Amino acid sequence: MRKIWSIVAVGCLMGIAGSAMANPDDDLKAVQKFFKERFPDVKTADYVNGVYALDAGLREQWQAIEDFPPYEMDVDAGKKLFETPFKNGKTYGSCFDNGGIGIAHKYPVFDAKTNKVVTLEQAVNECRKANGEEALPWYKGKIAQVLAYMNFTARGNIIKVEVPNDAAREAYEQGRKYYFARRGQLNMSCAHCHIDNAGRRIRADLLSPAVGQGAHWPVYRSDWGAVGTLQMRFDGCNKQVRAKPAAPQSDEYRNLEYFLTYMSNGLPLAGPTSRK
Amino acid sequence: MRNAVKLVMAASVVALFSTAIVPTIAVAGDAEDGKAIAFNRTKGNCLACHAIEGGSLPGNIGPPLVHMKDRFPDKAKLREQIADATRNNPNTIMPPFGKLDILTPDELTKVVDYIYSL
Ligand code: HEC
Ligand code: HEC
Repeated sequence: MRKIWSIVAVGCLMGIAGSAMANPDDDLKAVQKFFKERFPDVKTADYVNGVYALDAGLREQWQAIEDFPPYEMDVDAGKKLFETPFKNGKTYGSCFDNGGIGIAHKYPVFDAKTNKVVTLEQAVNECRKANGEEALPWYKGKIAQVLAYMNFTARGNIIKVEVPNDAAREAYEQGRKYYFARRGQLNMSCAHCHIDNAGRRIRADLLSPAVGQGAHWPVYRSDWGAVGTLQMRFDGCNKQVRAKPAAPQSDEYRNLEYFLTYMSNGLPLAGPTSRK
Repeated sequence: MRNAVKLVMAASVVALFSTAIVPTIAVAGDAEDGKAIAFNRTKGNCLACHAIEGGSLPGNIGPPLVHMKDRFPDKAKLREQIADATRNNPNTIMPPFGKLDILTPDELTKVVDYIYSL
């Protein structure tokens, strides 16, 4: 009974009914409260650790892996890429505030000129293009390595995604709609698994809560054999429900990343990290 | 050494496989086919969410499927729950196996027979 009520409560507060435009801060408070009731013992900052915040056994196995971080070489490779000058002599640092160091916790940002969400990997590729270099392929490889380094230098900084104006509010709203919309032949939404059923098991897999999901990228997964980006994970989850994934850096995925990272506002950035 | 590795690998392949193999419980005809369909990850995959007798590593999103004749005296109602669970709970996570053709009508009938036998 309790369970049903709290789902209804979240459903209403998060406005799946889609009435008035969402106030991002109210959304965040509602979903945090929902998880606080479900996981009273989990400390707020621990949500960045996904399922490992919920299960002591899984956490122990994960910590053993983190003793020799499988993404360490990628951070090093990313640093090298980051510091190696382009053909024109400039570096990535010239494109970012503070030379790109310790700033990843502010992404994605909303660009008032284009009225679009800009993810960190887009900013990296825009920087390359502005300096006469070709864009890197999305999801994994060099782009994920550059991200691994940039996030590494921002670790512990408090995530602070901003929604500065009405156009940004609309982008946030689109992302939120995506998270709550049923899709694929299996007809499930992201929220079905990561809000309603967070902390339960789907077959043998424990489901992580929405809060924290945007806080720790890129991620090394043994399944991928590499570090990959948040949007690469969107693809994986879409395929699980037999839905057609959106294109990398499409409006859909950018807005989704915007919404989802907003749901980690106030948490300490924890990327890069590893997951099963 | 190499052999040991191979053995371990073989063992884990068997272990993986055995979770997919349907343990034999005495169910007859259609119900037995229904069990295979219900347990198959690319078909019913009911174990993703429900504990069912004889199924290993079930999820715990939905209730254990037991005493089905008591829960659903009317078999048509059971079929409806499996064909389109959103009719009973609009926000349900349970996939509409009939409505979205995840299972064919024939497969659905067999699954219903099997679930009814639980
Ligand atoms: C059928 C259930 C299901 C659905 C629907 C689903 N996911 Fe997932 N998702 C999983 C599982 C299982 C994992 C791996 C365990 C975990 O971390 O939750 C996962 C992992 C993730 C992660 C990584 C979390 C971490 O800490 O590393 C993100 C991010 C994510 N999902 C986002 C989404 C988004 C966005 C959608 C919708 C487009 C979605 N998921 C839909 C089952 C699902
Ligand atoms: C992704 C999760 C999920 C999957 C997969 C799933 N179910 Fe369900 N099922 C549920 C949930 C949750 C409920 C609880 C009621 C509701 O929300 O519809 C439920 C309820 C039921 C009920 C009613 C139980 C009762 O005692 O009232 C039956 C019967 C059932 N499921 C059968 C099946 C069968 C058969 C399959 C596979 C062919 C299946 N389910 C697959 C999640 C799932």
